[in-house]
Amino acid sequence: MNPPAIRVVAASKRYGSLQALAGVDLEVAQGEFFGLLGPNGAGKTTLISALSGLARPDGGVFEIMGYNVVSDYRKARRNLGVVPQELVFDPFFSVRELLRIQSGYFGIRNNDDWIDEILENLDLTAKAGANMRMLSGGMKRRVLVAQALVHRPPVIVLDEPTAGVDVELRQGLWQFIRKLNRDGHTIVLTTHYLEEAEALCGRIAMLKSGKVVALDTTENLLRRFASHSLAVRLDRPELAAATGGVLAANGWAEFPLDRYDDLEPLLARLREAGAKILEMRVGEADLERVFVEVMSRA
Amino acid sequence: MHERLVGFRTLLQKEVLRFWKVSFQTVGAPVLNALLYLLIFSHVLDRHVTVYGDVAYTAFLVPGLVMMSLLQNAFANSSSSLIQSKITGNIIFVLLPPLSYREFYAAYVIASVLRGLFVGVGVLIVSFPFVDLPMAAPGWIFAFGLMGGAILGSLGVIAGIWADKFDQLAGFQNFLIMPLTMLSGVFYSIHSLPAFWQKVSHINPFFFMIDGFRYGFFGQSDVSPWLSLAVVSLCFVFLAVLTLAMLARGYKLRA
Repeated sequence: MNPPAIRVVAASKRYGSLQALAGVDLEVAQGEFFGLLGPNGAGKTTLISALSGLARPDGGVFEIMGYNVVSDYRKARRNLGVVPQELVFDPFFSVRELLRIQSGYFGIRNNDDWIDEILENLDLTAKAGANMRMLSGGMKRRVLVAQALVHRPPVIVLDEPTAGVDVELRQGLWQFIRKLNRDGHTIVLTTHYLEEAEALCGRIAMLKSGKVVALDTTENLLRRFASHSLAVRLDRPELAAATGGVLAANGWAEFPLDRYDDLEPLLARLREAGAKILEMRVGEADLERVFVEVMSRA
Repeated sequence: MHERLVGFRTLLQKEVLRFWKVSFQTVGAPVLNALLYLLIFSHVLDRHVTVYGDVAYTAFLVPGLVMMSLLQNAFANSSSSLIQSKITGNIIFVLLPPLSYREFYAAYVIASVLRGLFVGVGVLIVSFPFVDLPMAAPGWIFAFGLMGGAILGSLGVIAGIWADKFDQLAGFQNFLIMPLTMLSGVFYSIHSLPAFWQKVSHINPFFFMIDGFRYGFFGQSDVSPWLSLAVVSLCFVFLAVLTLAMLARGYKLRA
């Protein structure tokens, strides 16, 4: 049986008085597109740092593709590519030099064919000889992605890769990451753009104060925490409460819907109560509502 | 080539390239500095001072200047590389790959030794027109050059990891490295000092590095080169163990 791409058991980490990770358990299967969400300070970056060896956890087990990140760190790191959150670069080198150096760190020589392919896919071919200082923020961000990929890691962690990136680049980047995922790479993504996570991730974990407060498929999370809703303006608003709705200050009544099949019985209920619908709109469930709901409950 | 060796060699090459790409500043400038010292001190003192009996002051001075430049630049290489990487954040590119802390240490220290040697050889070359320098025992020159560079390279790793800002690194350099170097007998033989200061010099490990290095040129020194080698070796072992322990713990690198 294939080991999970990522396995975290009882992870804990404290920075002074701050408990950054407080017993996190997490498993990401190979080939998944996994989202790690949470407000600032929830522990996402600490978790990624502990997985990648940038931070030393106080306790717990961290494995990449079955390799312990402490006792078998060479194999664990060879299987992991990390795109860091900060826009960092080495000002002494050109893009190609950096990618060759990064390949060498992972024990790979003569990697130019793969480097050329990455550059092509990230639309960086024309900038291969340019010094990092001469690149725009968006291009630097793409070089960070390229650096994470030079050793063809099966597991790729992207820590807020689209922060401050324009729409065109963001779409190009996601197209490339999706392709990597289709090719079998496991992708772990942290982002504050929840619509991105909703569109891309098959499964999502939500963290708050160093704990996992929700972990499920994106579909289940949407279903469990934020159903659809029907908003109507009735000729007799006072009937809203009697028929299971909540009357808002603007005169609209909102009715939760678990699924579209519930719509017809609700309309029948309103008809039977003698209410006439003046206006109507159906609200879609979205991850933002799930996120707000989960965070408020946790 | 084994992939571990490729990783280590790449980090070493990158560290060498880092200073080589700005060699005007990292090699040329210190050579010019040493040349200025040489011109000024030799002009002022050459006719008035002889050392070890009949060695002209300028000849005595050159090995000291070579070693001083070597030591200071070996320190500057590892310390500046690490603090720049820490402050700009690009240190993560070295921390994420499967490099061991021993490979990390060896790459930074060897690159420092190489920069020190480049500068030292540069100073030696520019001093040729001014002085006829013997080389009585080249093996000692090489041994002390290597050990001195490795000691200062290790100190540079320690300082680069410890310092959180350039200010702290400058403090380390100006209040520790510089006084120890300047008061180590670069410009004088400790036999010209009062007895008390001779004793003080003997607790400065830099004195032994420079004295042993000078022995390689003149076949004469203030103390036995074997004693100097023993002190310098002990010093290196102590600093290597300390630096490796810091790196193994991930002190200030892996939070």
